[in-house]
Amino acid sequence: MIARGRRPVERHLPTEEAAALLDLTRELASEELAPRVNAYEAESRFPREVFHTIGRAGLLGLPYDERWGGGGQPYEVYLQVVEELATVWATVAEGVSVHTLACYPLAGFGSDEQRDRWLPDLLGGELLGAYCLSEPQSGSDAAALTTRAVVDGDVYVVDGTKSWITHGGEADFYSLLCRTSDEGSRGIACLLVDATTDGVSAAAPERKMGFTGSTTAQMRFDGARVARDRLLGAEGEGFRIALAALDGGRLGIAACAVGLAQNALDVAVAWAGERRQFGRELREFQGVSFMLADMATGVEAGRALYLDAARRRDRGEAFGKSAAMAKLFCTDMAMKVTTDAVQVLGGYGYVQDFPVERLMREAKALQIVEGTNQVQRMVIGRHLTRP
Amino acid sequence: MNIVVCVKQVPDTWSEKRLDPEDSTLDREATDPVMNEMDEYAVEEALRLQETHGGEVTILCMGPDSATQTVRKALSMGGDRAVHVVDDALHGSDAVATSLVLARAIETIDAVDLVLLGSESSDARMSVVPAMLAERLGRAQLTFAKEVTVDGPTVTIKRLTDDGYQVVEGTTPAVVSVVEKINEPRYPSFKGIMSAKKKPVQTYAVADLGIDPGEVGLSGAWTSVESFELAPPRESGRVVTDDGNGADRLAEKLVEFLASKKFV
Repeated sequence: MIARGRRPVERHLPTEEAAALLDLTRELASEELAPRVNAYEAESRFPREVFHTIGRAGLLGLPYDERWGGGGQPYEVYLQVVEELATVWATVAEGVSVHTLACYPLAGFGSDEQRDRWLPDLLGGELLGAYCLSEPQSGSDAAALTTRAVVDGDVYVVDGTKSWITHGGEADFYSLLCRTSDEGSRGIACLLVDATTDGVSAAAPERKMGFTGSTTAQMRFDGARVARDRLLGAEGEGFRIALAALDGGRLGIAACAVGLAQNALDVAVAWAGERRQFGRELREFQGVSFMLADMATGVEAGRALYLDAARRRDRGEAFGKSAAMAKLFCTDMAMKVTTDAVQVLGGYGYVQDFPVERLMREAKALQIVEGTNQVQRMVIGRHLTRP
Repeated sequence: MNIVVCVKQVPDTWSEKRLDPEDSTLDREATDPVMNEMDEYAVEEALRLQETHGGEVTILCMGPDSATQTVRKALSMGGDRAVHVVDDALHGSDAVATSLVLARAIETIDAVDLVLLGSESSDARMSVVPAMLAERLGRAQLTFAKEVTVDGPTVTIKRLTDDGYQVVEGTTPAVVSVVEKINEPRYPSFKGIMSAKKKPVQTYAVADLGIDPGEVGLSGAWTSVESFELAPPRESGRVVTDDGNGADRLAEKLVEFLASKKFV
């Protein structure tokens, strides 16, 4: 009962090429994602081959410059692609968002020489990226990170452990935030690390509540020797890079949450039209239809909010506060909508033969990643009270 | 090596199809049009051969204006250019007329080494156009290929049969029809979709190809649909209630039932 008969979301897209891109995305989602999602999530199986398929179709470099093989798309369009993917399979949508985030330090802060050398491969669709910021003892307090990079001739020798790394062990490259001096947030650098570097290894994947098809692992850097020409931006600029990357990453998570919620809403609406109790369909009960109405309103509001933030970014305006608001609102909304979808399906919602209990477990992750929703409120509060 | 791939736009295999009661032809308005699935395999095979042998891939389509969609899709997969034969006179063409139009259109394209096409269309399902086309062009025909290799002027295929395959060899220029076992067609890429809009599409009317409009379409068809009837709706099954002695003479009753339906 999932994707079947779903009416596509009405979208206002800026160009004909964006409309063609969304058509392609829907085709890939229904033909490549939908047939796999249930089995892969149940078996905790990472869909590496799906990333190859969508990468070759051009979905792994959308918001970056065509000069380096990107899709040259505004965030407004890129994020709607993420949302469409999430409507069918959140693991894949989140993966696209994380990959795009991992490309950002090189695309945004690398020199032209570095970008010419590596960016076409990162955006080309064959490679998958990961972003290494959190550590066991430094999550929200990212500036307290301790992974250290020490210069030895023409390499950095990197030692430390990174936590909660999406695609950890599966990725081909890691955008790594590490410490080159003890000056707090001003002592951090960003390195582009090849996965095959000696001394880079992944721990066993975490056993998570949801997003079981996605892989999350600790990454160990044990005397890993990373060439100094893989430093992105300057030493000490890492924290600024990390925060700028996260502003974009938060929008990816917001779009992911809206797609996830749309999926739950679609299932609940279909169910309310099929299930009969007391001689009528569930949708004829006002108690149920009011729930559906609130869910649909939440989804639309979330979409409007992340698109507003995206359009600010596309116009070159400050969008940090809007991105934090979009991440906060959309992921809390997704938690509520998926929980209500379980309620609409009743006992059927609580069992694994129907998809909504999984969506509810997935929504929880989105309230935590790319900055917990408490951190989003801190960010928004800081913007409001800044002198 | 220059390749022409013939593609047809057909109603979506999964959609409900209707015949137009006026002229007993398919009501194409009523269904979602898509590229004939078997032709997607032909496009994919052409692109793979091009990757190895170089040359140009030309997409050839005979169909109404709306078939532009199918032409664009084939170009977005990677075809270099297209020829679209579009003419109201073509409405209702049978296989004989179709092969004539395709053959004349192929003759307008320079130095064609190979013509590839799906071995059948999912709407008409005749599987005769490839052979008719080869005959009209006076070229070798290699049909139902599940594998194609080209070595100089020699084309070798594995021809799918009911109980295995035959190895068939021919010389270029040749016509090869493919089956779906041959490959896994690619998705168009986003960049492919964008660049397809800029690729040249030559359109012809039948007169441009030196064909008399009377030779094609419903009036020129060698066959005609006299009448048609809708398949009767499926009857519901018969429920036999076991009143406690179901096991008695079970085999006998089953045989009786099967015999009444002429199964035994």
